[in-house]
Amino acid sequence: MAEFLQIHEPGETPMPHADDNVAVGIDLGTTNSLVAIAHDSAPEILRGSDGRGMVPSVVAYLDDEVIVGAGARPVLLDEPERVVASIKRLMGRGVEDLKTLGGKLPYDVDEAASKGGMVRLSIAGRSLTPVEISADILRALKVRAEEALDRDVDKAVITVPAYFDDAARAATKDAAKLAGLETLRLVNEPTAAALAYGLDKDVEGLYAVYDFGGGTFDISLLRMEMGVFQVLATGGDAQLGGDDLDHVVAEHFLAERTKELSDDGELTTTEVKNALMTARLAKECLTDQDQGKWMLGMDGQPTEHSLDRARFNDLISDIVDRTIKLSRDVLLEADIMPDEVKGVVLVGGSTRVPLVRERVAGLFGQEPLADINPDEVVALGAALQAEALTAGSNALLLDVTPLSLGIETMGGMVEKVIHRNTPIPVAKAQEFTTYKDGQTAMAIHALQGEREMADQNRSLARFELRGIPAMVAGAARIKVMFSVDADGLLTVSASEESTGLEAQVEVKPSYGLNDDDMARMLRESMQHGRSDMMERLLAEARVEGARMLLAFESALEVDGDLLEGDEKNLINRRIDELRSAMAGDDRDVINTAVDTLNKTTEGFASRRMDRDIRKALAGSSVEDIDGELANPEA
Amino acid sequence: MSSNDNHKGEGHIHTHQDSPCWSCRGSVDQRAPFCHACGMIQAPRPGDEFQRLGMKADFDLDPKDLEKRYFAFQRKFHPDRFATKTSREKQLSLQHATDLNEAYDRLKAPLSRAEALLESKGAGKQDQARTESDPELLMEAMESREALADAETADEVAKLEARTRMEVEVSEEALSVAFAADDLEGATNIVTRLKYLLKLLQETSRKRLSLHN
Ligand SMILES: [Zn+2]
Repeated sequence: MAEFLQIHEPGETPMPHADDNVAVGIDLGTTNSLVAIAHDSAPEILRGSDGRGMVPSVVAYLDDEVIVGAGARPVLLDEPERVVASIKRLMGRGVEDLKTLGGKLPYDVDEAASKGGMVRLSIAGRSLTPVEISADILRALKVRAEEALDRDVDKAVITVPAYFDDAARAATKDAAKLAGLETLRLVNEPTAAALAYGLDKDVEGLYAVYDFGGGTFDISLLRMEMGVFQVLATGGDAQLGGDDLDHVVAEHFLAERTKELSDDGELTTTEVKNALMTARLAKECLTDQDQGKWMLGMDGQPTEHSLDRARFNDLISDIVDRTIKLSRDVLLEADIMPDEVKGVVLVGGSTRVPLVRERVAGLFGQEPLADINPDEVVALGAALQAEALTAGSNALLLDVTPLSLGIETMGGMVEKVIHRNTPIPVAKAQEFTTYKDGQTAMAIHALQGEREMADQNRSLARFELRGIPAMVAGAARIKVMFSVDADGLLTVSASEESTGLEAQVEVKPSYGLNDDDMARMLRESMQHGRSDMMERLLAEARVEGARMLLAFESALEVDGDLLEGDEKNLINRRIDELRSAMAGDDRDVINTAVDTLNKTTEGFASRRMDRDIRKALAGSSVEDIDGELANPEA
Repeated sequence: MSSNDNHKGEGHIHTHQDSPCWSCRGSVDQRAPFCHACGMIQAPRPGDEFQRLGMKADFDLDPKDLEKRYFAFQRKFHPDRFATKTSREKQLSLQHATDLNEAYDRLKAPLSRAEALLESKGAGKQDQARTESDPELLMEAMESREALADAETADEVAKLEARTRMEVEVSEEALSVAFAADDLEGATNIVTRLKYLLKLLQETSRKRLSLHN
């Protein structure tokens, strides 16, 4: 009875092309991105010819060429309007969201094209979405991996900030698709960092991951036990990041400059970009040095700015305090005392800032762990998870949804359907009713966030359930179902229960891509990318055919004696047809051959079923299965 | 082990009908999660939370054992195990993992576990609705609300909180006794009271925290 499940362990089901299952881990960061691969649980960063692992998340759009990474930075000096940085901050955002970011943005937003949908940026005469720009970064990482491994790479685990909402997650998956990468899983960055720390050491207990990335801040609490990584709680702020440290320093420099030049005219995008770049240098310098001097405005009116560590700490103190407060909130919510935490993992380049380390150590009463390079730890963890998903693993990763999901009710209030920190995947339903006699339609507005009022939360999707039979107010029972999958992506459906009316509605995030956009972008990407959707579909049809053959062979082995008359010949002919279809490259021919084989074997299948029922009547198989269910580890 | 009597003996096979495997079309026992011929994952079969985690339907359980089972089942069914499989297999694994999360979440806390147990024993929600208008409980609820509203210092609130916490524990023990004696009506009454106590506990801790800050 024990071997019942062991023989058919899902990971062991023979799959055709099993050795094709190579997948990389990608850290698609706000400031820098990395790609890594793991072999036998040993992860390794894939480096460029210059030996550097980090690819700056900077893209330059020249007239006939797109440059990603370090090569794009020089363009920033001469033609900053051709260069985009920190695009991750705009993933899944609408133009309305940008207004709340305040101040002068280092982006040139294409206002007209962005209206009511995803943000579009004007870059050197092109109008590009954050999805397309991120896809360019992912393409560069794909090329880097393919060159390093000397083979095609088309599968990846991609990390996202734990605090990324649904729209930003969907946008990340869309970007991967555009770049010709199948996303095996979106993994939260702090979780990936914990994986990198957890798998090469035998750690058990509670860990905190303090992740101060370029554009986001996350704090997560994880429990590691018996090979299970369980995220207990996560919190943070998707609009607070290491970039904000650069921002306050840049503002400080620009204020000094304005004063010195007595110039109160409006700042240009170029000036802002230059100030941000200088501020970043200053931040990095002040990590090891006590003070320094920097120049602004090479274009004829240079100004000099000096800054020491104490003044720098003053400038960034509010931001760092905010991360500490968010960390404390998450501890409180999970009902965990800081001293119960066994180790604190640091992620993100900004955790090198001495003040950050000092405050983190103060909160947890211990020096944070820094054995693994905080810039690389997320990509290394992603590579480990990519290997676990393709080659199989005994470890288990259980993550949670970072933000509550709900729907808008009368009066603009939010009724939560799934609370934050609920383990995923999860599906929950809530019932609502009509408020007017004879009401036949109901508007459903899905929201994400923790606030009480609908307009304070993030709008995910709106749709209408129509065709509700006319009843008195309060009689209809509208069930709204929220499902969150293992990538943290939401699907919403609604149905009217009392009459059985089912209206399934597939929901697209408000700022997601519609199908036309996606189709157009895929067409465009095919012109200059290696990816080919038709090829993917053909491969899938072949896999399905191979699966069918394997399934049928094992059925023949067990119940081959049930074949009647010349049935065997007929089936063999169909099998041959399927084999030769699979050798060809017409997807439709393969699919037809699969269907035909299925039809031909229907009689055989029903005879097998009769036999199995007789077996069950005769005895022990029911008990066997009970035993198996009761002892999942047996 | 979760032996509903229907499953045993000949003639009752109708509760245990086989359905064809979606992949090889062979028959699969309705309770088998994987096809025994081709090994393919099957759709989750109907069953309550206890059956999903392969446990006896009982109020008293060992939380460590519950967690171990939950982990073990997730190891087999979690979508991470099916990341490179066909979309159908991915979909089925998603359903299993979702069910397992729900079952574990419900069995973990005593209140929801008691509700799940009452449901599986056929004691419906009507019984609960009836006990919610119990005048004695309503009076008690009103009095403690007033006490909480009158409490002015964090200390006073902490005392109320401690008392409520104790009453929660007493109620949970009473639930265990009621279920052991198969007293479903008694258990239903305690569930109603426990619901009110937990709400009160939540309000007291919230007030204590707000006084702290
Ligand atoms: Zn099968």
